[in-house]
Amino acid sequence: MALFSRSPIAPLEYSRTLWMRLWVGAVMLFLYAPLIVLMIFSFNDSKRNVVWRGFTLKYYDKALNNDALIEALVNSLTIAALATIFSLILGAVAAVMLWRFRFPFKGAVDGTISLPIIVPEICMGVAFLMFFAKGLHWPTDLVWPLNLGAITIAHITFCFPFVTMVVRSRLASFNREQEEAAKDLGAGEWQMFRDVLIPHMRPALVAGALLSFTLSLDDFVITYFTSGPETITFPVKVYSMLRFSVTPEVNAASTILIILTVALTAIALKLQGVKAIAETH
Amino acid sequence: MTDAPPIIQIQNISKRFGKVTAVDNVSLDIQAGEFFVLLGPSGCGKTTLLRMIAGFELPTEGRILIDGQDMAGIPPNKRPVNMVFQSYAVFPHMSVADNVAYGLKIAGVRGGEVRDRVAEALELVKLGGYESRMPDQMSGGQRQRVALARSLVMRPKVLLLDEPLSALDAKLRAQMQFELSELQEKVGITFVTVTHDQDEALSMACRIAVINKGEVSQLAAPSDLYEYPANRFVADFVGSVNIFEGKLILDEPDKAAVDCPGLGKVYLNHGVTGPHGADVWVALRPEKIYLHIPGEGKAVKAAAQDAPDGHNFARGTIKGMSYLGDITLFEIELESGARLRVSRPNLSRHDQEDFTWDDKVSMHWRADSPVVLLG
Repeated sequence: MALFSRSPIAPLEYSRTLWMRLWVGAVMLFLYAPLIVLMIFSFNDSKRNVVWRGFTLKYYDKALNNDALIEALVNSLTIAALATIFSLILGAVAAVMLWRFRFPFKGAVDGTISLPIIVPEICMGVAFLMFFAKGLHWPTDLVWPLNLGAITIAHITFCFPFVTMVVRSRLASFNREQEEAAKDLGAGEWQMFRDVLIPHMRPALVAGALLSFTLSLDDFVITYFTSGPETITFPVKVYSMLRFSVTPEVNAASTILIILTVALTAIALKLQGVKAIAETH
Repeated sequence: MTDAPPIIQIQNISKRFGKVTAVDNVSLDIQAGEFFVLLGPSGCGKTTLLRMIAGFELPTEGRILIDGQDMAGIPPNKRPVNMVFQSYAVFPHMSVADNVAYGLKIAGVRGGEVRDRVAEALELVKLGGYESRMPDQMSGGQRQRVALARSLVMRPKVLLLDEPLSALDAKLRAQMQFELSELQEKVGITFVTVTHDQDEALSMACRIAVINKGEVSQLAAPSDLYEYPANRFVADFVGSVNIFEGKLILDEPDKAAVDCPGLGKVYLNHGVTGPHGADVWVALRPEKIYLHIPGEGKAVKAAAQDAPDGHNFARGTIKGMSYLGDITLFEIELESGARLRVSRPNLSRHDQEDFTWDDKVSMHWRADSPVVLLG
């Protein structure tokens, strides 16, 4: 608003003090400079990604015509979508269970449900490798998209605890009198759930879905261990391209992915209202 | 409403949470069309009792009949009662109209009838035109009206209200007390309200049940409760009161007297049917005590002539005063050292100038003013 107004700075108006602005600027630069450099160099007319040699879009053309890369991107998006849907259902149900009911070993379930968040990814990756290859003898020659099953299951495992966490914190703010009011007005258990509890949970469900989708989309370590030759995902593909050299093609592909995720997040926030997301703490 | 069967019969209801007894063997009949108030301090079990009528708590013992039907095993969503919650519990994601229509839709009412009944209910609570508002765009008082409309639209046999006015500011509360009584008369539905606020209870109720420690202390009409409290708890909880311990020295059909060490001899122009020489308590309301400047002796004598000489009379010193506008409250130290609270209406603009701190004053009260309490 009055960014350059001459009114005196109030004691708690830190955002108008010079050193605070400089500090914020420095933090922003530190956070976003690498991304901006990556995006700029995706337009660089040079094979080697070191010196600026002029503007071009040819690497976008190249990236979009790279069938292996596009296949990896489609794989990644499919896995992310599936993992999000299942994580959302599992995570929300787990959250409601833990919030609402008493059952045997509740403490144990409560304690272990977030374990996949804590366990180092490398351990999870190795564990999944052993589990699918040696334990289950999971077939690797299924048709698309069934061949993505192993990766999707692995992704669901580390995504759904995040959904549970977000939904639980949202449920903690639920006024139980609303549940009673619904029942008082004649609603049964299921109607109350549909008409009162789910609308209350919705911002957390949107936040949980966003978390799951992005976590799944950019996961490298666990995916690396669970993917087969036919099931390369985008991050794994980018990594393999890097082994030869950092070409602007990789930059172009990354830029597309960044724009895609930012756009998806923006749409979700728009649909839900940013305020509601913020309310989930 | 004498011959009609009670709309709610509470029969020997007890509710225990573990070792804590919240409601202890309560029996009550609530008549159809009545504005009934459960009054008591917080934690006395009044809300638990209300929630048992609604079906949100199950009684440990006893049974509840609504309109002659035993409510045992009937869940809240099947009971012919509706509740207005303390937090109002208006659904925040639904518009006012959707909130009010919710129960009707669940009940399978469709189309134009929903619209008509919602409009009618909103009109009843003076929220006509607010249909499309969202709850977060409304004040607390308006949200409460939404909650009221949402319940009334169901045309319940009984409307339960849990501390309906506790979240409102004083002015709005006074207005809503009036409006609730008016509304109740208009719709003719039995209202059962829980409150800890005695003003609220006195102003709205047909009958009040004073609850203490899970038991009904007294069940009476507001004026009876105030003027004829049955015990010390009721006398003290409803209104302000001076209570003195004493011995019953005279008890005949048309007169009685109590000798209170703190207050002197208290004479009553009716019998109290208590055992002679028993320990009793005398309750005297502050507004029933007349205050006189010393030297007004004759006036005092004349005024107190309905009691024998030396009775219903006290002398003391003003130790505290609080001017409240309409009345002034005095705290008076008696010659015995006991303290007496006296209120005096400021009938003229200069009345509050009559007395000041450390003034010696004398007091008297009429022979029908004190209440003798046996318990």
